Amino acid sequence: MAEMKVRDLDLWYGDFQGLKNINMDIIENQIIAFIGPSGSGKSTFLKTLNRMNDLVENARVEGTIELDGVDIYAPNTDVNVLRKKVGMVFQNPNPFPKSIYDNIAFGPRTHGITDKNELDEIVENSLKGAAIWDEVKDHLDRSALSISGGQQQRVCIARALAVEPEILLMDEPTSALDPISTAKIEELVTTLKEDYTIAMVTHNMQQASRISDRTAFFLSGELIETDDTTKIFTNPEHEDTENYISGRFG
Amino acid sequence: MNKSKIARAFVYLGAAITFGVLGYIILFVFINGVPYITPDLFAWNYTTENVSLTPALITTLYIIGGSLLVATPIGVFTAVYLVEYADRSRPIVKLMSMATDTLAAVPSIVYGLFGFLFFVTFLGFQFSLLAGMLTMTIMILPLIIRSTEEALLAVGRPLREASYALGAGKLRTIFNVVLPVAMPGILSGVILAIGRIIGESAALIYTLGSSVNLPDSLLSSGRTLAVHMYVLSSEGFHVNEAYATAVVLIVLVLALNAFSTFISRRIVRGGK
Repeated sequence: MAEMKVRDLDLWYGDFQGLKNINMDIIENQIIAFIGPSGSGKSTFLKTLNRMNDLVENARVEGTIELDGVDIYAPNTDVNVLRKKVGMVFQNPNPFPKSIYDNIAFGPRTHGITDKNELDEIVENSLKGAAIWDEVKDHLDRSALSISGGQQQRVCIARALAVEPEILLMDEPTSALDPISTAKIEELVTTLKEDYTIAMVTHNMQQASRISDRTAFFLSGELIETDDTTKIFTNPEHEDTENYISGRFG
Repeated sequence: MNKSKIARAFVYLGAAITFGVLGYIILFVFINGVPYITPDLFAWNYTTENVSLTPALITTLYIIGGSLLVATPIGVFTAVYLVEYADRSRPIVKLMSMATDTLAAVPSIVYGLFGFLFFVTFLGFQFSLLAGMLTMTIMILPLIIRSTEEALLAVGRPLREASYALGAGKLRTIFNVVLPVAMPGILSGVILAIGRIIGESAALIYTLGSSVNLPDSLLSSGRTLAVHMYVLSSEGFHVNEAYATAVVLIVLVLALNAFSTFISRRIVRGGK
């Protein structure tokens, strides 16, 4: 099981309210896309799902987010365990300046796996899972910084897969990449949903309509509507949504 | 003549003066020193005839090794505390930061005097390798703290986020991600520290002494290459050998620089 239920979520940065009363269900083995103009709170919301917003000073959250029925903001939550279950891929590829192998093995090693054979297997499976194995299998000892940006991003996806997350958060994972790399990642994401639940922030509406099952539209810190992607893009409930997807603002 | 041409002329002039002076010094030292580099100069034992630099060379390496061994861990951990853990708004942290900055600017003779009064006299170490090492340790600590702080601050948010997002805690993130990335910066601080130790004479004369023999224990006296040079040239009998010693000193500095650059290159990319 891997689903998240967000209830009455508010977020403040100091006095500024970044998210207002968000309610959302993230459904297992689906891709949900978060769209909206810059500053609408979609990335902020994504970061509340694995508590990366904890790293931001002055950020304060109210409301609940349940992962498989357990509130991740409960006081006894182990954030490191949460982040193992809810993985994240960032906007810009951010591999560690280590070898490709050590990048992938970093997560498993963090969670106590030291056996060489086991690590080898995890590295291979993760890289295969991220559709990059064939391109890097002969030089796993090379620096992850020596490959192209698109390859780096897939290594970062593999790195996230290596800790066997249930949910994968992606924060505009293709916005820094060229069209060919973007196509590869999109294709990868659609295959990943068989095994993972995926939430993805995107600026690119074609991308949202191509690959997501459901789409959530954010505006000024509010969740305007969440619905099936086809419905959002053909017949949205709200005027704001229609204005946004037809390019009238944002 | 337009402004950009004038500006360009000044830039070239500045570069020419810098390299000219540097080149002149090195050339001067080499021309005066190289002819006097003889096998005798490298004899294992010092005598008044051969004025061998070997004991001084080895003592220099002892002092460098010993001080770095103590100062690097303390300095790096202090910087990690200041950057990653300390609350910068607290007065005690501000005071520590200010003390570090001030200590970095204190003339070395002050360290020498402190070392003499505290290590040599009060703790009764006499003129010794130990007193010299500890004095140098205190002298280079601020340098290492400063450069490590800057190196840590320069490690970008994305790498830290990547580590946290994989479920790594703060300690693992600092030791396995941040510190390795900051290593070249830390190493350049260490290189500067080595440079200061190699170039130091006053503070060491007061603490290490100027015995011509190779120290056989931590509590025996010795002299570093710089002190050796100072003594040779001030005595006036072996000025040529002093130049030859300077050549060896310059080569030593170059070798240490090349070595640490090589290591930091390996670390930066982490892998081939």
